[in-house]
Amino acid sequence: MKVLVPVKRVIDSNVKARVKSDQSGVDLANVKMSINPFCEIAVEEAVRLKEKGVASEVVVVSIGPAQAQETLRQALAMGADRGVLVQTDQDLEPLEVAKALKAVIAEENPNVVIMGKQAIDGDNNATGQMLAALLDWPQATFASAIELAGDTAKVTREVDGGLQTIEVGLPAIITADLRLNEPRYASLPNIMKAKKKPLDTKELGALGVDVKPHLKVLKVTEPAKRSAGIKVESAGDLVANLKTAGVL
Amino acid sequence: MAVLVIADHDNASLKDSTNKTVTAALALSGDVDVLVAGKDAKAAADAAAKIAGVRKVLLAESDELGQGLAEAFEATVVPLMANYDAVLTPATSQGKNISPRIAAKLDVAQISEIVEVVSGDTFVRPIYAGNALETVQSSDAKKVITVRPTAFKAAGEGGSASVENVAAGAPASKVKFVDQQLVKSARPELSGAKIVVSGGRAMGSAEEFQKVIEPLADKLGAAVGASRAAVDAGYAPNDYQVGQTGKVVAPELYIAVGISGAIQHLAGMKDSKVIVAINKDADAPIFQVADFGLVADYKTAVPELMDALSAAGK
Repeated sequence: MKVLVPVKRVIDSNVKARVKSDQSGVDLANVKMSINPFCEIAVEEAVRLKEKGVASEVVVVSIGPAQAQETLRQALAMGADRGVLVQTDQDLEPLEVAKALKAVIAEENPNVVIMGKQAIDGDNNATGQMLAALLDWPQATFASAIELAGDTAKVTREVDGGLQTIEVGLPAIITADLRLNEPRYASLPNIMKAKKKPLDTKELGALGVDVKPHLKVLKVTEPAKRSAGIKVESAGDLVANLKTAGVL
Repeated sequence: MAVLVIADHDNASLKDSTNKTVTAALALSGDVDVLVAGKDAKAAADAAAKIAGVRKVLLAESDELGQGLAEAFEATVVPLMANYDAVLTPATSQGKNISPRIAAKLDVAQISEIVEVVSGDTFVRPIYAGNALETVQSSDAKKVITVRPTAFKAAGEGGSASVENVAAGAPASKVKFVDQQLVKSARPELSGAKIVVSGGRAMGSAEEFQKVIEPLADKLGAAVGASRAAVDAGYAPNDYQVGQTGKVVAPELYIAVGISGAIQHLAGMKDSKVIVAINKDADAPIFQVADFGLVADYKTAVPELMDALSAAGK
Protein backbone atom coordinates (compact mmCIF):
# COMPACT_ATOMS: atom_id res chain seq x y z
CA MET A 1 0.00 0.00 0.00
CA LYS A 2 1.33 3.37 -1.00
CA VAL A 3 0.75 6.33 1.32
CA LEU A 4 1.07 9.92 0.18
CA VAL A 5 1.62 12.61 2.80
CA PRO A 6 1.48 16.28 1.80
CA VAL A 7 3.56 18.51 4.11
CA LYS A 8 3.77 22.26 4.48
CA ARG A 9 6.63 24.50 5.56
CA VAL A 10 5.33 27.02 8.09
CA ILE A 11 6.56 29.33 10.82
CA ASP A 12 7.76 27.27 13.79
CA SER A 13 4.91 26.87 16.27
CA ASN A 14 7.05 28.28 19.08
CA VAL A 15 7.71 31.54 17.24
CA LYS A 16 5.28 34.43 17.60
CA ALA A 17 4.04 35.65 14.25
CA ARG A 18 4.64 39.38 13.79
CA VAL A 19 2.66 41.53 11.41
CA LYS A 20 4.68 43.69 8.99
CA SER A 21 4.35 47.41 9.59
CA ASP A 22 3.05 47.98 6.04
CA GLN A 23 0.18 45.54 6.78
CA SER A 24 1.11 43.42 3.76
CA GLY A 25 1.42 40.21 5.74
CA VAL A 26 3.32 38.41 8.47
CA ASP A 27 7.08 38.91 8.62
CA LEU A 28 8.76 35.62 7.75
CA ALA A 29 12.26 37.00 7.11
CA ASN A 30 14.84 35.38 9.40
CA VAL A 31 12.13 33.48 11.25
CA LYS A 32 12.57 29.82 12.17
CA MET A 33 10.48 27.65 9.85
CA SER A 34 9.47 24.03 10.47
CA ILE A 35 7.19 21.31 9.24
CA ASN A 36 3.58 22.15 10.12
CA PRO A 37 2.79 20.27 13.39
CA PHE A 38 -0.26 18.50 11.96
CA CYS A 39 1.70 17.45 8.86
CA GLU A 40 4.34 16.02 11.19
CA ILE A 41 1.66 13.90 12.87
CA ALA A 42 0.53 12.68 9.43
CA VAL A 43 4.10 11.72 8.51
CA GLU A 44 4.49 9.85 11.80
CA GLU A 45 1.28 7.90 11.17
CA ALA A 46 2.38 6.93 7.67
CA VAL A 47 5.82 5.83 8.91
CA ARG A 48 4.18 3.73 11.64
CA LEU A 49 2.01 2.07 8.99
CA LYS A 50 5.17 1.22 7.11
CA GLU A 51 6.85 -0.14 10.23
CA LYS A 52 3.80 -2.34 10.84
CA GLY A 53 4.10 -3.67 7.31
CA VAL A 54 0.77 -2.17 6.25
CA ALA A 55 2.28 0.48 3.99
CA SER A 56 4.96 -0.37 1.45
CA GLU A 57 6.00 3.13 0.49
CA VAL A 58 5.59 6.57 2.04
CA VAL A 59 5.88 9.49 -0.38
CA VAL A 60 5.95 13.03 1.01
CA VAL A 61 5.05 15.98 -1.18
CA SER A 62 5.30 19.69 -0.55
CA ILE A 63 4.07 22.55 -2.67
CA GLY A 64 6.12 25.62 -1.92
CA PRO A 65 9.41 27.47 -2.28
CA ALA A 66 12.82 25.84 -2.78
CA GLN A 67 13.34 25.89 0.99
CA ALA A 68 10.46 23.42 1.39
CA GLN A 69 13.12 20.84 0.53
CA GLU A 70 14.21 21.15 4.17
CA THR A 71 10.67 20.30 5.25
CA LEU A 72 10.69 17.25 3.00
CA ARG A 73 14.11 16.20 4.38
CA GLN A 74 12.64 16.49 7.88
CA ALA A 75 9.88 14.07 6.85
CA LEU A 76 12.40 11.76 5.17
CA ALA A 77 14.45 11.74 8.37
CA MET A 78 11.35 10.55 10.24
CA GLY A 79 11.16 7.58 7.89
CA ALA A 80 9.39 8.57 4.68
CA ASP A 81 10.92 6.98 1.57
CA ARG A 82 10.81 9.63 -1.09
CA GLY A 83 10.04 13.31 -1.53
CA VAL A 84 8.42 15.39 -4.25
CA LEU A 85 8.73 19.17 -4.26
CA VAL A 86 6.33 21.08 -6.45
CA GLN A 87 8.15 24.38 -6.53
CA THR A 88 6.44 27.75 -6.53
CA ASP A 89 6.97 31.08 -4.84
CA GLN A 90 3.28 31.90 -5.13
CA ASP A 91 1.36 31.84 -1.85
CA LEU A 92 -1.38 29.39 -2.79
CA GLU A 93 -4.89 29.15 -1.37
CA PRO A 94 -6.16 25.77 -0.14
CA LEU A 95 -8.21 25.20 -3.32
CA GLU A 96 -5.13 25.68 -5.51
CA VAL A 97 -3.05 23.44 -3.25
CA ALA A 98 -5.79 20.81 -3.53
CA LYS A 99 -5.75 21.12 -7.33
CA ALA A 100 -1.96 20.73 -7.41
CA LEU A 101 -2.14 17.73 -5.09
CA LYS A 102 -4.79 16.18 -7.31
CA ALA A 103 -2.34 16.42 -10.21
CA VAL A 104 0.42 14.83 -8.11
CA ILE A 105 -1.97 12.04 -7.09
CA ALA A 106 -2.74 11.33 -10.75
CA GLU A 107 0.99 10.62 -11.20
CA GLU A 108 1.64 8.80 -7.94
CA ASN A 109 -1.58 6.78 -7.55
CA PRO A 110 -1.46 6.37 -3.78
CA ASN A 111 -3.92 4.07 -1.97
CA VAL A 112 -4.42 6.59 0.78
CA VAL A 113 -3.51 10.19 1.51
CA ILE A 114 -2.81 11.15 5.12
CA MET A 115 -2.35 14.85 5.75
CA GLY A 116 -2.55 17.41 8.53
CA LYS A 117 -5.99 18.79 9.29
CA GLN A 118 -4.76 22.36 9.21
CA ALA A 119 -1.69 24.48 8.61
CA ILE A 120 -0.89 26.80 11.49
CA ASP A 121 -0.24 29.80 9.24
CA GLY A 122 -3.44 30.21 7.18
CA ASP A 123 -5.52 28.19 9.69
CA ASN A 124 -7.98 27.26 6.95
CA ASN A 125 -8.53 23.59 7.75
CA ALA A 126 -9.73 23.06 4.18
CA THR A 127 -7.17 21.47 1.85
CA GLY A 128 -7.88 17.83 2.72
CA GLN A 129 -11.64 18.18 2.38
CA MET A 130 -11.23 20.08 -0.90
CA LEU A 131 -8.89 17.44 -2.27
CA ALA A 132 -11.40 14.73 -1.37
CA ALA A 133 -14.16 16.64 -3.18
CA LEU A 134 -12.05 17.23 -6.30
CA LEU A 135 -11.19 13.52 -6.48
CA ASP A 136 -14.68 12.37 -5.39
CA TRP A 137 -12.95 10.33 -2.72
CA PRO A 138 -14.38 9.81 0.75
CA GLN A 139 -12.86 11.84 3.55
CA ALA A 140 -12.14 11.08 7.18
CA THR A 141 -11.15 14.33 8.83
CA PHE A 142 -9.68 15.01 12.29
CA ALA A 143 -8.51 11.44 12.80
CA SER A 144 -7.43 10.29 16.25
CA ALA A 145 -7.06 6.61 15.25
CA ILE A 146 -6.63 4.90 11.89
CA GLU A 147 -6.97 1.18 11.13
CA LEU A 148 -6.26 0.11 7.57
CA ALA A 149 -7.60 -3.27 6.50
CA GLY A 150 -7.81 -4.42 2.90
CA ASP A 151 -9.47 -1.73 0.85
CA THR A 152 -11.04 0.16 3.72
CA ALA A 153 -9.89 2.44 6.50
CA LYS A 154 -11.66 2.60 9.84
CA VAL A 155 -11.08 6.04 11.25
CA THR A 156 -11.96 7.46 14.65
CA ARG A 157 -12.66 11.16 14.31
CA GLU A 158 -12.65 14.01 16.80
CA VAL A 159 -16.10 15.58 16.56
CA ASP A 160 -17.89 18.20 18.65
CA GLY A 161 -18.48 16.59 22.00
CA GLY A 162 -16.78 13.25 21.45
CA LEU A 163 -15.62 10.73 18.91
CA GLN A 164 -17.13 9.28 15.77
CA THR A 165 -15.96 6.20 13.89
CA ILE A 166 -16.47 5.89 10.16
CA GLU A 167 -15.31 3.46 7.54
CA VAL A 168 -14.11 4.82 4.21
CA GLY A 169 -13.39 2.87 1.06
CA LEU A 170 -9.87 3.37 -0.31
CA PRO A 171 -8.55 5.47 -1.89
CA ALA A 172 -9.48 8.11 0.65
CA ILE A 173 -8.25 11.29 2.27
CA ILE A 174 -7.55 11.16 5.99
CA THR A 175 -6.66 14.31 7.93
CA ALA A 176 -4.72 14.05 11.16
CA ASP A 177 -5.74 15.61 14.44
CA LEU A 178 -3.56 16.22 17.46
CA ARG A 179 -4.35 13.00 19.30
CA LEU A 180 -3.45 10.66 16.45
CA ASN A 181 0.10 10.13 17.70
CA GLU A 182 3.17 11.82 19.09
CA PRO A 183 5.72 12.34 16.34
CA ARG A 184 9.20 10.96 16.94
CA TYR A 185 12.36 12.99 16.94
CA ALA A 186 14.53 12.09 13.98
CA SER A 187 17.82 10.56 15.11
CA LEU A 188 21.11 11.93 13.79
CA PRO A 189 21.84 8.80 11.71
CA ASN A 190 18.36 9.05 10.18
CA ILE A 191 18.89 12.74 9.43
CA MET A 192 22.12 11.78 7.62
CA LYS A 193 20.37 8.95 5.79
CA ALA A 194 17.57 11.29 4.73
CA LYS A 195 20.05 13.39 2.78
CA LYS A 196 20.55 10.49 0.41
CA LYS A 197 16.88 9.65 -0.09
CA PRO A 198 15.40 10.60 -3.47
CA LEU A 199 13.78 14.03 -3.72
CA ASP A 200 12.35 15.11 -7.08
CA THR A 201 11.66 18.73 -7.84
CA LYS A 202 9.22 19.96 -10.45
CA GLU A 203 7.80 23.35 -11.26
CA LEU A 204 4.18 24.03 -10.32
CA GLY A 205 3.60 25.24 -13.88
CA ALA A 206 4.46 21.77 -15.19
CA LEU A 207 1.38 20.32 -13.47
CA GLY A 208 -0.92 22.41 -15.65
CA VAL A 209 -3.34 23.38 -12.90
CA ASP A 210 -5.29 26.61 -12.57
CA VAL A 211 -3.74 28.53 -9.69
CA LYS A 212 -5.52 31.82 -10.14
CA PRO A 213 -6.20 33.33 -6.70
CA HIS A 214 -9.81 33.70 -5.58
CA LEU A 215 -9.09 35.87 -2.59
CA LYS A 216 -7.21 39.13 -2.39
CA VAL A 217 -5.58 40.01 0.90
CA LEU A 218 -6.34 43.69 1.48
CA LYS A 219 -4.40 43.95 4.71
CA VAL A 220 -3.01 42.01 7.62
CA THR A 221 -3.26 43.69 10.98
CA GLU A 222 -2.45 42.97 14.57
CA PRO A 223 -5.39 42.07 16.75
CA ALA A 224 -6.35 44.60 19.40
CA LYS A 225 -3.92 44.32 22.28
CA ARG A 226 -5.31 43.45 25.64
CA SER A 227 -4.79 46.29 28.05
CA ALA A 228 -2.66 45.32 31.03
CA GLY A 229 -4.88 44.25 33.90
CA ILE A 230 -4.54 44.66 37.60
CA LYS A 231 -3.02 42.48 40.28
CA VAL A 232 -5.42 41.51 43.02
CA GLU A 233 -4.32 40.85 46.59
CA SER A 234 -6.48 37.89 47.53
CA ALA A 235 -9.05 35.38 46.34
CA GLY A 236 -11.76 37.49 47.96
CA ASP A 237 -10.56 40.51 46.07
CA LEU A 238 -10.63 38.49 42.86
CA VAL A 239 -14.24 37.39 43.36
CA ALA A 240 -15.30 40.97 44.09
CA ASN A 241 -13.62 42.16 40.89
CA LEU A 242 -15.22 39.40 38.83
CA LYS A 243 -18.62 40.34 40.19
CA THR A 244 -18.04 43.96 39.23
CA ALA A 245 -16.94 42.85 35.76
CA GLY A 246 -20.22 40.97 35.46
CA VAL A 247 -18.78 37.55 34.70
CA LEU A 248 -19.87 35.76 37.87
CA MET B 1 -28.37 38.34 -2.69
CA ALA B 2 -29.71 35.23 -0.98
CA VAL B 3 -27.74 33.47 1.73
CA LEU B 4 -27.99 29.93 3.07
CA VAL B 5 -26.96 29.07 6.63
CA ILE B 6 -26.20 25.43 7.43
CA ALA B 7 -27.53 24.81 10.93
CA ASP B 8 -25.56 23.21 13.73
CA HIS B 9 -28.01 21.04 15.66
CA ASP B 10 -28.55 17.65 17.30
CA ASN B 11 -31.88 17.01 15.50
CA ALA B 12 -33.87 17.74 18.67
CA SER B 13 -32.57 21.24 19.19
CA LEU B 14 -30.54 23.97 17.59
CA LYS B 15 -27.06 24.90 18.80
CA ASP B 16 -26.36 28.51 19.69
CA SER B 17 -23.69 28.64 16.97
CA THR B 18 -26.52 28.56 14.40
CA ASN B 19 -28.06 31.76 15.79
CA LYS B 20 -24.62 33.39 15.73
CA THR B 21 -24.06 32.37 12.13
CA VAL B 22 -27.47 33.80 11.21
CA THR B 23 -26.28 37.13 12.61
CA ALA B 24 -23.24 37.00 10.30
CA ALA B 25 -25.52 36.06 7.38
CA LEU B 26 -27.88 38.97 8.09
CA ALA B 27 -24.89 41.31 7.78
CA LEU B 28 -24.62 40.10 4.17
CA SER B 29 -28.25 39.99 3.11
CA GLY B 30 -31.84 40.28 4.29
CA ASP B 31 -32.70 37.04 2.50
CA VAL B 32 -31.39 34.38 4.85
CA ASP B 33 -32.58 30.77 4.71
CA VAL B 34 -31.46 28.05 7.10
CA LEU B 35 -30.80 24.45 6.08
CA VAL B 36 -31.41 21.88 8.78
CA ALA B 37 -29.89 18.64 7.49
CA GLY B 38 -30.22 15.61 9.72
CA LYS B 39 -32.52 12.75 10.61
CA ASP B 40 -35.83 13.23 12.44
CA ALA B 41 -34.81 16.85 12.69
CA LYS B 42 -38.22 18.55 12.50
CA ALA B 43 -37.84 19.91 16.04
CA ALA B 44 -34.54 21.57 15.12
CA ALA B 45 -36.11 22.96 11.93
CA ASP B 46 -39.02 24.41 13.92
CA ALA B 47 -36.52 26.05 16.26
CA ALA B 48 -34.67 27.53 13.28
CA ALA B 49 -37.96 28.92 11.93
CA LYS B 50 -38.29 30.97 15.12
CA ILE B 51 -34.96 32.80 14.70
CA ALA B 52 -35.59 36.47 14.00
CA GLY B 53 -34.74 37.44 10.44
CA VAL B 54 -34.88 33.97 8.89
CA ARG B 55 -36.86 33.90 5.64
CA LYS B 56 -37.33 30.18 5.18
CA VAL B 57 -36.10 26.90 6.67
CA LEU B 58 -35.11 24.00 4.45
CA LEU B 59 -35.29 20.54 6.00
CA ALA B 60 -33.33 17.68 4.44
CA GLU B 61 -33.41 14.28 6.10
CA SER B 62 -31.57 11.00 5.58
CA ASP B 63 -29.55 8.50 7.60
CA GLU B 64 -26.29 9.80 6.15
CA LEU B 65 -27.14 13.41 7.00
CA GLY B 66 -28.07 12.34 10.52
CA GLN B 67 -24.65 10.71 10.77
CA GLY B 68 -23.02 13.96 9.69
CA LEU B 69 -21.22 12.47 6.68
CA ALA B 70 -19.54 15.24 4.68
CA GLU B 71 -20.21 13.48 1.38
CA ALA B 72 -23.97 13.58 2.08
CA PHE B 73 -23.84 17.26 2.97
CA GLU B 74 -21.94 17.99 -0.24
CA ALA B 75 -24.55 16.14 -2.31
CA THR B 76 -27.39 17.96 -0.54
CA VAL B 77 -26.01 21.50 -0.47
CA VAL B 78 -24.28 21.81 -3.86
CA PRO B 79 -27.55 21.54 -5.89
CA LEU B 80 -29.22 24.06 -3.54
CA MET B 81 -26.48 26.57 -4.29
CA ALA B 82 -28.11 27.31 -7.65
CA ASN B 83 -30.46 29.51 -5.60
CA TYR B 84 -27.93 31.16 -3.31
CA ASP B 85 -25.03 33.58 -3.55
CA ALA B 86 -23.39 32.52 -0.29
CA VAL B 87 -23.43 29.66 2.19
CA LEU B 88 -22.40 30.18 5.80
CA THR B 89 -21.57 27.40 8.23
CA PRO B 90 -20.55 27.68 11.87
CA ALA B 91 -16.85 26.84 12.22
CA THR B 92 -17.48 23.89 14.52
CA SER B 93 -15.71 20.63 13.79
CA GLN B 94 -18.69 19.51 11.72
CA GLY B 95 -18.81 22.84 9.87
CA LYS B 96 -15.11 22.56 9.10
CA ASN B 97 -15.65 19.00 7.94
CA ILE B 98 -18.33 19.83 5.37
CA SER B 99 -17.82 23.39 4.16
CA PRO B 100 -14.52 23.06 2.22
CA ARG B 101 -15.97 20.09 0.37
CA ILE B 102 -18.86 22.27 -0.83
CA ALA B 103 -16.45 25.07 -1.81
CA ALA B 104 -14.27 22.77 -3.91
CA LYS B 105 -17.32 21.37 -5.72
CA LEU B 106 -18.35 24.94 -6.57
CA ASP B 107 -14.74 25.75 -7.58
CA VAL B 108 -14.58 28.66 -5.16
CA ALA B 109 -12.37 29.51 -2.21
CA GLN B 110 -13.53 28.98 1.32
CA ILE B 111 -13.33 32.07 3.48
CA SER B 112 -12.52 30.36 6.73
CA GLU B 113 -13.63 31.25 10.21
CA ILE B 114 -14.60 34.87 9.68
CA VAL B 115 -14.86 37.16 12.70
CA GLU B 116 -16.25 40.22 10.88
CA VAL B 117 -18.28 41.01 7.78
CA VAL B 118 -16.82 44.20 6.24
CA SER B 119 -18.98 44.18 3.11
CA GLY B 120 -20.65 41.75 0.74
CA ASP B 121 -17.29 40.47 -0.50
CA THR B 122 -14.83 41.47 2.22
CA PHE B 123 -14.26 39.69 5.50
CA VAL B 124 -11.86 39.63 8.45
CA ARG B 125 -10.47 36.32 9.63
CA PRO B 126 -7.78 35.31 12.11
CA ILE B 127 -4.59 33.68 10.87
CA TYR B 128 -1.59 32.36 12.78
CA ALA B 129 -3.91 31.26 15.60
CA GLY B 130 -5.24 34.77 16.02
CA ASN B 131 -1.85 36.47 16.16
CA ALA B 132 -2.84 38.36 13.02
CA LEU B 133 -6.09 39.35 11.36
CA GLU B 134 -6.39 39.11 7.60
CA THR B 135 -8.88 41.21 5.64
CA VAL B 136 -9.72 39.36 2.43
CA GLN B 137 -11.80 40.26 -0.58
CA SER B 138 -13.39 37.43 -2.53
CA SER B 139 -13.75 37.54 -6.30
CA ASP B 140 -15.94 34.42 -6.38
CA ALA B 141 -19.53 34.75 -7.56
CA LYS B 142 -20.64 32.35 -4.84
CA LYS B 143 -19.13 32.61 -1.41
CA VAL B 144 -18.50 29.71 0.91
CA ILE B 145 -17.83 30.95 4.41
CA THR B 146 -17.31 29.47 7.84
CA VAL B 147 -18.10 31.67 10.81
CA ARG B 148 -16.33 31.72 14.17
CA PRO B 149 -19.37 31.66 16.46
CA THR B 150 -17.68 33.45 19.37
CA ALA B 151 -17.24 36.56 17.20
CA PHE B 152 -20.97 37.18 16.60
CA LYS B 153 -23.97 37.77 18.86
CA ALA B 154 -26.72 35.19 18.69
CA ALA B 155 -29.78 36.19 16.65
CA GLY B 156 -32.80 36.17 18.92
CA GLU B 157 -36.22 34.61 18.58
CA GLY B 158 -39.26 36.22 17.06
CA GLY B 159 -39.33 34.82 13.54
CA SER B 160 -42.05 32.68 12.00
CA ALA B 161 -40.47 31.26 8.87
CA SER B 162 -41.99 28.38 6.94
CA VAL B 163 -40.33 24.96 6.89
CA GLU B 164 -39.94 23.36 3.48
CA ASN B 165 -38.66 19.87 2.75
CA VAL B 166 -35.79 19.52 0.29
CA ALA B 167 -34.14 16.43 -1.15
CA ALA B 168 -31.27 14.81 0.73
CA GLY B 169 -28.35 14.00 -1.55
CA ALA B 170 -26.69 10.58 -1.48
CA PRO B 171 -22.91 10.33 -0.99
CA ALA B 172 -21.06 9.69 -4.25
CA SER B 173 -18.14 7.94 -2.56
CA LYS B 174 -17.80 4.94 -0.30
CA VAL B 175 -18.24 5.99 3.27
CA LYS B 176 -20.06 4.33 6.13
CA PHE B 177 -20.89 5.45 9.63
CA VAL B 178 -19.80 2.91 12.26
CA ASP B 179 -20.59 4.46 15.61
CA GLN B 180 -20.00 7.40 17.87
CA GLN B 181 -19.14 7.96 21.48
CA LEU B 182 -20.27 11.35 22.66
CA VAL B 183 -18.96 12.38 26.02
CA LYS B 184 -21.83 12.63 28.45
CA SER B 185 -20.37 15.15 30.78
CA ALA B 186 -22.25 17.40 33.12
CA ARG B 187 -19.67 20.02 32.19
CA PRO B 188 -20.21 22.27 29.19
CA GLU B 189 -18.23 21.66 26.04
CA LEU B 190 -14.87 23.44 26.03
CA SER B 191 -15.25 25.39 22.79
CA GLY B 192 -18.70 26.79 23.63
CA ALA B 193 -18.44 27.23 27.42
CA LYS B 194 -19.13 30.58 29.09
CA ILE B 195 -16.48 29.90 31.74
CA VAL B 196 -13.30 27.86 31.32
CA VAL B 197 -10.94 26.82 34.11
CA SER B 198 -7.56 25.64 32.84
CA GLY B 199 -4.63 24.06 34.61
CA GLY B 200 -0.97 24.03 33.69
CA ARG B 201 2.21 22.14 34.34
CA ALA B 202 2.40 23.53 37.88
CA MET B 203 -0.21 20.92 38.87
CA GLY B 204 2.55 18.34 38.84
CA SER B 205 0.34 15.26 38.42
CA ALA B 206 -2.95 14.05 36.97
CA GLU B 207 -4.30 13.46 40.49
CA GLU B 208 -3.50 17.02 41.50
CA PHE B 209 -5.07 18.34 38.27
CA GLN B 210 -8.30 16.49 39.07
CA LYS B 211 -8.22 17.54 42.71
CA VAL B 212 -7.61 21.24 42.03
CA ILE B 213 -9.01 22.17 38.62
CA GLU B 214 -12.12 20.04 38.34
CA PRO B 215 -13.85 21.06 41.61
CA LEU B 216 -13.24 24.73 40.78
CA ALA B 217 -14.68 24.21 37.31
CA ASP B 218 -17.71 22.41 38.72
CA LYS B 219 -18.34 25.14 41.25
CA LEU B 220 -18.47 27.66 38.41
CA GLY B 221 -20.33 25.42 35.95
CA ALA B 222 -17.25 25.74 33.77
CA ALA B 223 -15.52 23.60 31.17
CA VAL B 224 -12.05 22.28 31.96
CA GLY B 225 -9.04 23.17 29.85
CA ALA B 226 -5.31 22.60 30.06
CA SER B 227 -2.10 23.97 28.67
CA ARG B 228 -0.12 21.92 26.19
CA ALA B 229 2.57 21.45 28.84
CA ALA B 230 0.02 19.85 31.17
CA VAL B 231 -1.31 17.64 28.38
CA ASP B 232 2.16 16.60 27.23
CA ALA B 233 3.06 15.71 30.82
CA GLY B 234 -0.04 13.49 30.98
CA TYR B 235 -1.84 15.51 33.65
CA ALA B 236 -4.88 16.10 31.46
CA PRO B 237 -6.38 14.38 28.41
CA ASN B 238 -5.50 15.72 24.99
CA ASP B 239 -8.97 17.06 24.21
CA TYR B 240 -8.61 19.50 27.12
CA GLN B 241 -5.81 21.32 25.33
CA VAL B 242 -6.34 25.03 24.78
CA GLY B 243 -3.89 26.62 22.38
CA GLN B 244 -2.67 27.03 18.87
CA THR B 245 -2.64 23.28 18.23
CA GLY B 246 -5.56 22.53 20.52
CA LYS B 247 -8.87 24.29 20.92
CA VAL B 248 -9.35 28.03 20.48
CA VAL B 249 -11.75 29.33 23.11
CA ALA B 250 -13.23 32.74 23.84
CA PRO B 251 -15.40 32.40 26.95
CA GLU B 252 -16.75 35.22 29.12
CA LEU B 253 -14.34 34.18 31.85
CA TYR B 254 -11.09 32.25 31.52
CA ILE B 255 -9.26 31.22 34.67
CA ALA B 256 -5.68 30.03 34.15
CA VAL B 257 -4.26 28.20 37.13
CA GLY B 258 -0.54 27.48 37.23
CA ILE B 259 -0.15 28.30 33.55
CA SER B 260 2.90 30.35 32.61
CA GLY B 261 1.42 31.58 29.33
CA ALA B 262 3.47 30.18 26.46
CA ILE B 263 2.68 31.76 23.06
CA GLN B 264 1.09 28.47 22.03
CA HIS B 265 -1.38 28.70 24.93
CA LEU B 266 -2.09 32.43 24.68
CA ALA B 267 -3.05 31.97 21.04
CA GLY B 268 -5.90 29.73 22.14
CA MET B 269 -7.48 31.91 24.80
CA LYS B 270 -6.53 35.55 24.43
CA ASP B 271 -9.90 36.52 22.94
CA SER B 272 -11.65 35.60 26.19
CA LYS B 273 -13.64 38.49 27.64
CA VAL B 274 -12.10 38.38 31.10
CA ILE B 275 -8.89 36.51 31.89
CA VAL B 276 -7.81 35.57 35.38
CA ALA B 277 -4.32 34.25 36.09
CA ILE B 278 -3.24 32.54 39.27
CA ASN B 279 0.49 31.89 39.30
CA LYS B 280 3.20 32.14 41.93
CA ASP B 281 5.68 33.57 39.44
CA ALA B 282 4.96 37.29 39.20
CA ASP B 283 6.92 37.47 35.94
CA ALA B 284 4.91 34.77 34.14
CA PRO B 285 3.82 36.02 30.67
CA ILE B 286 0.22 35.04 31.42
CA PHE B 287 -0.04 38.18 33.58
CA GLN B 288 0.51 40.35 30.50
CA VAL B 289 -2.84 39.27 29.09
CA ALA B 290 -4.71 38.79 32.38
CA ASP B 291 -7.32 41.29 33.48
CA PHE B 292 -6.96 40.09 37.04
CA GLY B 293 -3.76 38.52 38.26
CA LEU B 294 -3.29 36.81 41.58
CA VAL B 295 0.36 36.16 42.40
CA ALA B 296 0.05 33.17 44.69
CA ASP B 297 0.67 29.45 44.93
CA TYR B 298 -2.40 27.73 43.52
CA LYS B 299 -2.25 25.28 46.45
CA THR B 300 -3.46 28.01 48.79
CA ALA B 301 -5.13 30.32 46.25
CA VAL B 302 -7.58 27.82 44.75
CA PRO B 303 -9.04 26.66 48.13
CA GLU B 304 -9.33 30.32 49.11
CA LEU B 305 -11.04 31.06 45.82
CA MET B 306 -13.47 28.18 46.41
CA ASP B 307 -14.30 29.64 49.83
CA ALA B 308 -14.68 33.15 48.46
CA LEU B 309 -17.01 31.83 45.76
CA SER B 310 -19.09 30.01 48.37
CA ALA B 311 -19.24 33.18 50.43
CA ALA B 312 -20.45 35.00 47.32
CA GLY B 313 -23.25 32.48 46.93
CA LYS B 314 -21.69 30.28 44.24
